[in-house]
Amino acid sequence: MKKRKPARPQTLKEATFHYCPGCGHSVIHRLTAEVIHELGIADKAIGVPPAGCAVLAYFYFDIDMTEAPHGRGCAVATGIKRALPESVVFSYQGDGDLAAIGTAEVIHAANRGENITVIFVNNAVYGMTGGQMAPTSLLGMKTTTSPKGRDHVREGYPVRVCELLSSLDGAVYLERTAVNSVKAIRKTKKAIREAFQTQINGEGFSLVEILSPCPTNWKLSTVDSWKWIDDVMSKYYQIGLIKDTRKGSSKDAD
Amino acid sequence: MKTEAKRLMRGSEAIGEAAIRSGCSCYFGYPITPQNELTEYMAKRMLETGRVFIQSESELAAINMVLGAAATGARVMTSSSSPGITLKQEGISFLASMELPCVIVNVMRGGPGLGNIAPSQSDYFQATRGGGHGDYRTIVLAPASVQELFDLTRDGFDLADEYRIPVIILADGMLGQMMEPLVLKDTPIAPEELPEKPWTLRGAKDRPSRFIRSLILDVNLEEEHNWRLYRKYQRIERREIRFEEYFTEGADMIVVAYGTAARIAKAAVKKCIEKNMRVGLIRPISLWPFPNEKILDLTKYAGHFMCFEMSMGQMVEDVRLAVQGKAEVSIYGRPGGVVPTPAELFRVISRTYNKILREKKA
Repeated sequence: MKKRKPARPQTLKEATFHYCPGCGHSVIHRLTAEVIHELGIADKAIGVPPAGCAVLAYFYFDIDMTEAPHGRGCAVATGIKRALPESVVFSYQGDGDLAAIGTAEVIHAANRGENITVIFVNNAVYGMTGGQMAPTSLLGMKTTTSPKGRDHVREGYPVRVCELLSSLDGAVYLERTAVNSVKAIRKTKKAIREAFQTQINGEGFSLVEILSPCPTNWKLSTVDSWKWIDDVMSKYYQIGLIKDTRKGSSKDAD
Repeated sequence: MKTEAKRLMRGSEAIGEAAIRSGCSCYFGYPITPQNELTEYMAKRMLETGRVFIQSESELAAINMVLGAAATGARVMTSSSSPGITLKQEGISFLASMELPCVIVNVMRGGPGLGNIAPSQSDYFQATRGGGHGDYRTIVLAPASVQELFDLTRDGFDLADEYRIPVIILADGMLGQMMEPLVLKDTPIAPEELPEKPWTLRGAKDRPSRFIRSLILDVNLEEEHNWRLYRKYQRIERREIRFEEYFTEGADMIVVAYGTAARIAKAAVKKCIEKNMRVGLIRPISLWPFPNEKILDLTKYAGHFMCFEMSMGQMVEDVRLAVQGKAEVSIYGRPGGVVPTPAELFRVISRTYNKILREKKA
């Protein structure tokens, strides 16, 4: 079989990612950029990167972007979308950003049914600050701030964001995927497309939670990180469609 | 829409109506006393005019919705009272660094902590020193009447856009609640009539993509960013100082007060004038930039400046800096939500004035 050299998506700038080897952000950036290009929304897309490893996403995405204070992505995205309803707005957030300091913002944006899309990258750890415990860190997981392993008595349980949001009527599309195999990556791209299509159709709040490897802070090799998502992470965070109460199916977007 | 004649209006509603007539298309707020009338007025009027109103889940969310809407170029406002403004400081620091224009209303109440819901002026430091983290300023305007609540809010939107800076309207519970006649002399502008801003994020259509950020990891670039902000602040200090003088010429003693305190002070100074006392009043309207030069200039007459504030004395520090040791500076402060009467203040002024006269003779 002839090897195909993948072309750079037009909505990604000519820049080299700063991400660690094996990090899921590079893949997720690319998938998001491809979807924005394929849906033909690059000229009305506005992105909101988080505080966290993806804070410099505006160096990579060739679309309009604005910074948000730590955790406030959904509030900033709300302001943009309400001021400019014809735009397609997404926040790109990690687990510390969205599920700890920004919990109120995501819950209430979802509850208002804000017509925005959230790309939620769950790698079960604070990456940029150096591997501290995240609200999504798994039980038993050793981090720099849970050196004996996360114990629910001391540190509580890992937060399942999709399930948490699923009780809110305003959240209409919630899917959990991963980026640890070609098949999983394809499914993630499809979910991102569904989420953007949900917004384009004006149906309400959409969020894709992506289980993403962090070999650096997990202290595993890239291959073992991929395996860990299958063997451990996805056992707690169920992969698949968590909620879809959209009126019209957007399947024809494929 | 045409210009309207005089009508009776509540202070908080005057702010709201000024926002509407300034083309403010988004309002985000969270309930807190004593400024709920403004949020409620905006809820009603923004929906009537087909604009955006959100009661947010928190002050943090409100100020960050402001950030998002401001990035699209919309004229946007939020309002709160002291404890709520503290929560907004995170966003205000970002807005200042990202140079996003907006109007933020603080209807001050007694503090610290939850304090109470009575009128106060104890957030002067917070408002005039930036308030949040980092090296920045916001324009701070201090109205003293319903008419000024309206006029300064309208000016606030223009200043915010001109300098790409958050503008704070520093009012208090008394001003928000009072009813006074208001003349609408302005020509209202609709959101769609506002001039386009060249830096906004509205989708990269027929132009290269843009981003707005405050994170500048390179120390040299961050230093340059701070210098650029500083030069902007210097420009504002040169151009945007506002104050009102009342019998300052030839006065031996000058009272310095702003907002509600200045109204009380004006009545007290009027009584002084009636009693042939050489006492004047200067009322800073822009608290930042502060009328330093004007106050320094007045030291050619007055040897004593008495600050009257509804706090333990915060503006007094700016007055001390302004007089550069060329006059004595004292403070009469009433914190905790207490609003003294003009008669009380007159007695305080008289005591100090008589002491000055005695010292002069001796």
